[in-house]
Amino acid sequence: METIPTEHGLILAGILFVLGFIGVLTRRNIVFVLMSLEIMLNASGLAFIVAAARWGHAEGQIMFLMILTLAAAEVAVGLGLIIQMYRKFQTVDISVLSEMNG
Amino acid sequence: MSLLFYLAAFVAVISTVAVILQTNVVHALIYLILSLLSVAVIFYVLGSPFAAVLEAIVYAGAIMVLFLFVIMMLNLGQHTRDQEKKWLSLKGWILPCLLAGVLLFQLVSVLSSYDQNMAPETVGVLEVSALLFGPYVLAVELASILLLAGLISAYHLAKK
Amino acid sequence: MQEFIWLLPTLPLLGFLSLAITGGSLPKRAVAAIGAGSIGAAFLVAALIAVEFLNAGEEVFVYQAWVWMSVGSFSPGFTFYLDGLSLVMMLIITGVGFLIHLYSTGFMFDDPSYSRFFSYMNLFVAAMLMLVLADNLVLLYLGWEGVGLCSYLLIGFWYENPANGYAARKAFVVTRVGDTSMAIGLFLLFRELGTLNIQDLMIAAQSEWQIGTGMAVACSLLLLGGAVGKSAQLPLQAWLPDAMAGPTPISALIHAATMVTAGVYLIARTHILFELAPSVQLLVAWVGLATLLMAGFTAMTQHDIKRILAYSTISQIGYMFLGLGVGAWSASVFHLMTHAFFKALLFLAAGTVIYSLHHEHDIFKMGGKRKQLPIAFASFMIGSLALAAFPFTSGYFSKDEILLAAYATGGPGVWLWAGGVLGAFLTGIYSFRLVFVVFFGASHGHHDEKEKTGFSMATPLFILMLLSLLGGWIQIPVESVFNHGQAHEEHHVSALIHGIMIAVPLVGIAVSYLFFFSGALSVEKLMSYKFSKILHRFWFSGWAMDALYKHLLINPFMWLARLNRNDFFDALYNSVIAISRSAHGLVAKTQTGYLGWYLISMAAGLTAVLAVGVYL
Repeated sequence: METIPTEHGLILAGILFVLGFIGVLTRRNIVFVLMSLEIMLNASGLAFIVAAARWGHAEGQIMFLMILTLAAAEVAVGLGLIIQMYRKFQTVDISVLSEMNG
Repeated sequence: MSLLFYLAAFVAVISTVAVILQTNVVHALIYLILSLLSVAVIFYVLGSPFAAVLEAIVYAGAIMVLFLFVIMMLNLGQHTRDQEKKWLSLKGWILPCLLAGVLLFQLVSVLSSYDQNMAPETVGVLEVSALLFGPYVLAVELASILLLAGLISAYHLAKK
Repeated sequence: MQEFIWLLPTLPLLGFLSLAITGGSLPKRAVAAIGAGSIGAAFLVAALIAVEFLNAGEEVFVYQAWVWMSVGSFSPGFTFYLDGLSLVMMLIITGVGFLIHLYSTGFMFDDPSYSRFFSYMNLFVAAMLMLVLADNLVLLYLGWEGVGLCSYLLIGFWYENPANGYAARKAFVVTRVGDTSMAIGLFLLFRELGTLNIQDLMIAAQSEWQIGTGMAVACSLLLLGGAVGKSAQLPLQAWLPDAMAGPTPISALIHAATMVTAGVYLIARTHILFELAPSVQLLVAWVGLATLLMAGFTAMTQHDIKRILAYSTISQIGYMFLGLGVGAWSASVFHLMTHAFFKALLFLAAGTVIYSLHHEHDIFKMGGKRKQLPIAFASFMIGSLALAAFPFTSGYFSKDEILLAAYATGGPGVWLWAGGVLGAFLTGIYSFRLVFVVFFGASHGHHDEKEKTGFSMATPLFILMLLSLLGGWIQIPVESVFNHGQAHEEHHVSALIHGIMIAVPLVGIAVSYLFFFSGALSVEKLMSYKFSKILHRFWFSGWAMDALYKHLLINPFMWLARLNRNDFFDALYNSVIAISRSAHGLVAKTQTGYLGWYLISMAAGLTAVLAVGVYL
């Protein structure tokens, strides 16, 4: 069985991360923003798995579990906030929420 | 196996690009699930079957269902596509793409000097669990507290 | 029993805490029970300790409750030091304090802030006990400031009237001058001798300093400053007459019997220091003499019953200072005790008069009240006899001892003695002027009021009457504190001197009789001379001390303040404010509120940081 170079896995994680990043920056719909955030979190999880595969350790998977927990909690709170926002402003446009300017 | 990795990576990148370009939020969600599942395949290939299973169940399953519920509640769908199209002006893409390009270039140029292969062996559920409930039990506790806090705040926020 | 000495400050403190925490929600009977009961319990403890202490025959008992703080070699503790002197003070404070608390339960019964009153009073007793029982000067200073705070709170007790608040502030600020001087004295003592434990300090001072050394003079002078401020002696006496704005029991307890004698206690406690600086000790005597004469003259001209008593307090403390100045330590402490008895009696009786006559303070609007107010009359008769040092009353013994000691010093002692005798003459006049004007002659108003004294108000008066009459026979056990093993020296003076000292107060009373009772001499006639009018005005204003302060201190200060209205330093600070304001404006502009903007800036920052990390 041929092996895969570590940097390929890491570059894949980087590409996914940057794509999620572009999504966060460009989208105005808050649901898309949250989805892009999920992509970014997932990409960092992938980086940990790649590292775990490089050394043959289980710790990387444990870190991935932590990220998974974090993502679940974040999504729960984030979606709750989206619902509140929709109730208050009848929109999902984040640029409406700009009252906290200096 | 190596072929499976590159194939899954290709699917993941394409479907992720589709997510951030989509105007229909439900379609975007389906692409996102596709992307997560291909990442799950990559996990399997890299010798982490436990993580792969969790990725499929928790990410592609539970979390995405949560998204779907919210989308249904907010009544987003076909009719918001026009608005989405209006929001996605070309001008808004230039600066983010530039920044992201620089970031990726930096990443790649750092990694290019790194020449190490991945170990082929598989780390199964047994090893992960032994570590998880051995030295990392405190982390498990912390994670459960985090989930509890998320649960309570989500309940509070979504309440009328 | 002695090891329960920590209970003494603790009991009143508990009373204070329980009253303060309940914040006036308790019924009045419960408040009275807690307020007076805590002091009564403290008195019982003090009495038991005293009996055991005297029976044991030891000279000193030290009890350390805990260490307050520990910094290097400096570790003052909550340590209580019991010897003859603090024993006497402790008994006076708890005993007279209890009687006055008991009196207050009746006197203040109609006041809406009944609970607040007793909480302040209890706090005062706790602080005062801390002051006299402290074995180091830091703990003493804690009590010293504590009583000052309570004095401030209680002078301004009826704070709705701005004049009372003014009087409270005046008392606080004027005593603060003395307290600051005392604090500097403590710093200096610590720097020079490396300890603030009083006994160690005295031993160190004796071994380190020659008599008359500059450092001993400086330290004792600074301590004298503190004592002068607290005990209302010249030149810091101006606050005490105004302090009469508080309720009358306050004047009895704080501004007559206990707190104002703290200065006397401080000097008696550190008397070894003063013995090392004879010039300062002589100054103490002269300060006392000047104060007692000034206050005596002023008391003769006042109309307000409480101000007369206030000036007489200043005058009597002047006697104590005179006694301290000539080295008659135990006589001064003895006078402190008898003064506590008869001045508490006089003030409480004055309280009864005021209370019965609907808050009338002017003695010339009373007159002929001996039938209407029999208990107050009896109290005033006995109190004034003791105050004027009528033979064989308590005041006679103590004042006699002080004057004899002054006479026996030699040198300037004769002059001190003569001044003291003149003061005694004045005391006779002003004390019986008060009695004659208020209780004899024709009634000038308030014809129908009855005396309002319940059991709780009459009992303390009777007990204090007894003490004022017979207190002179009490032997106070302070010889061991002051004599350092030497035998007590008897003052042998001629019969003539004795005769003069007995006769002079009687002559004073007679003069007062001629002016204010028989009418053989008329005040109006005396006042018709221009000279006496000017003198009267001068005396009435308390020797124009307030005006002097106004011109000497307040006006120049106000002038300086006006001069510096557009402060140069303000401009400096204002420019700092302006700069930070504009910087704030600039930074605030970056806060657009748009999420995208924040993300872009974050990303730009991240790329920059990464670039530095990767390529440098």
